[in-house]
Amino acid sequence: MAATMTFRDAIRQTIIQEMEHDPNVFLMGEDIGRYQGTFRVTAGLFDRFRESRVLDTPITEPGIVGIATGAAMVGLRPIVEMMTMSFSILALDQIINHAAKAHYMTGGQATVPLVIRGPGGAANQLSAQHSHSMEGWYAHVPGLKVVAPSTPADAAGLLRASIRDNNPVIFTENPGLYGVKGEVPEDLNFTLPFGKARIAREGSDLTLVAYSRMVHVCESAAEQLAVEGISVEVVDVRSLLPLDMETINASVRKTHNAVVVYEDWRSGGFGAEIAARIGEECFDDLDAPVGRVGGLNVPMPYARVLELQCIPNDQDVIAAVRKLG
Amino acid sequence: MAQEALEQITESPAELEKLYRQMVFIRHFEEKCNQVYRMGKAGGYLHVYIGMEATAVGWLSCLRSDDYIITAYRDHAQPLILGTDPVKIMCEIMGRQGGLSRGKGGSMHLYDLERGFFGGWGIVGGHLPLGAGLAFGSKYKGEDRVTLNFLGDGAANAGVFFETLNMAGLWDLPCIFIIENNEFAMGTRIEYHAADTELYKRGFPFGIKHERLDGMDLLQVRKDARRIIDYCRSESRPYVVEVMNYRFSGHGAADNDQTLYRTLEELEQAKLRDPIKLLEKVMIEQNLLNDEKIEAIEEEMVDEVQRIYEIADASPFPDVTEVYDNVYSDMEPEKGH
Repeated sequence: MAATMTFRDAIRQTIIQEMEHDPNVFLMGEDIGRYQGTFRVTAGLFDRFRESRVLDTPITEPGIVGIATGAAMVGLRPIVEMMTMSFSILALDQIINHAAKAHYMTGGQATVPLVIRGPGGAANQLSAQHSHSMEGWYAHVPGLKVVAPSTPADAAGLLRASIRDNNPVIFTENPGLYGVKGEVPEDLNFTLPFGKARIAREGSDLTLVAYSRMVHVCESAAEQLAVEGISVEVVDVRSLLPLDMETINASVRKTHNAVVVYEDWRSGGFGAEIAARIGEECFDDLDAPVGRVGGLNVPMPYARVLELQCIPNDQDVIAAVRKLG
Repeated sequence: MAQEALEQITESPAELEKLYRQMVFIRHFEEKCNQVYRMGKAGGYLHVYIGMEATAVGWLSCLRSDDYIITAYRDHAQPLILGTDPVKIMCEIMGRQGGLSRGKGGSMHLYDLERGFFGGWGIVGGHLPLGAGLAFGSKYKGEDRVTLNFLGDGAANAGVFFETLNMAGLWDLPCIFIIENNEFAMGTRIEYHAADTELYKRGFPFGIKHERLDGMDLLQVRKDARRIIDYCRSESRPYVVEVMNYRFSGHGAADNDQTLYRTLEELEQAKLRDPIKLLEKVMIEQNLLNDEKIEAIEEEMVDEVQRIYEIADASPFPDVTEVYDNVYSDMEPEKGH
């Protein structure tokens, strides 16, 4: 059985189900309770679970993540909402230097079942300080798991897996996805494994590798290229850390061409990591160097026309495909 | 000490001896650590607790066994007091397989979660919200545990300290913030690092009870600790205390020139209130100690620490394959360079 719902509702529903399933699950974040959440992901949760389990916090990200990490070390399962992932930059010390390392430094004595979730990437004219894609930063850090789903079903399955996981998980939600609809299984135990990519579209001539909202951009490009008789496969990475190179490599070995697409700054972004691995692992199977499409290497500008210039779109992807020759 | 004050001692002779022995043991263990570092048997950073023993012994001895403790990187004394196997502590400091974290942590990152000791953290101020989180966890689950959250005077300036105090005050977390004011943030004297040197006042803006206390006279420390721990447990509220103590050693084992920030005269002056000597005086007055016994205990501790060191030194280093263990609780990280 499955129900159609938005990406936003898939996340919201999964949180509710997990809070009902486990009393140790609770929420912390800025304006998530009485105000209902900036992107309304937590709408109605304050009334349902009251302030003991839906905590409106002060605007102090390091403190919030630190308290959640401490609470996780004594058995709770906090879900921290970052109003935007851009704000998690303030909490990098707590995330990287504390939450991610606690299990290792204690020799396995401490576990940190913590989820940090929130919108990551550009929304609509939020400009330079609110539009970061942070997933590549976090996927650099051993001890964290990092997921970036593109569909409501994947959001539900990966979020439930994240909440039930005993390690800190970064769960990033591109704000452009909140309104996207899709079927979501009704099974209260529906989870998706970490480190398992998904073939979003099958094809034989070329592989587009993407995650989060860029999967939809790639699907649109693939649709247009199909008209010209170019058969494009789209791999939705879903989980950046751990990363499923097996599925990506299998696709590239079949199509012999690859373009990696990501919204983050092109230089040093996570797509560069994927491209490097394809180069290392599939060199003999490639007909052309791995292509890369990323965000422009500039701070996100405000004017809509400039902002749209920065974010990769289907035409940018098609242009990169044509460059492969 | 006046007769009147002596009569107020609530500790039994056996308890007093136990506390005295703990302080002497820590002193010798730490001296050994400094020596181990100089011999090149321990690496990285290493910070000893010499001179400050009465603070940790006093506070920790007033806890219940299920309470929580967290501190920064000057963290050898706490697990020693809680009864952690000192061999495991020394092994960790020496990077051996038999260490508390199997050699993954080192001197700055000691943990014994079974005994409520949550480390052992290296970023100044960074562990403070973790400690508040432990207290949050207790409160959320309806338990009446108390968390002792130790920090130095340097950490009292960290932004995350103020954030944590705000939330501890806002949510009434049963967390006692113990600012150990040893007068120096590494080599910077408090007058040069704090706009207001009365650090206990950090609690005031957040509606948290706060006071300045002595950290050198063990019996006084325990009186204060009992009172404040009782308050936090029964009221389920936080507290900020500034404990005035002094370290007789350098900031870390690699702090080779203390004259850069203090004079020898100042150090000698501070040693007049050596916490071990202060307790010795009381116990001599009570006929619980004499020179002969002091010497015997001293000798016993020196031998014990030497025994611990020798076992640790004979212990194997971690197997190189262990490098991948405990990155995650349920999977291995990617392997290879």
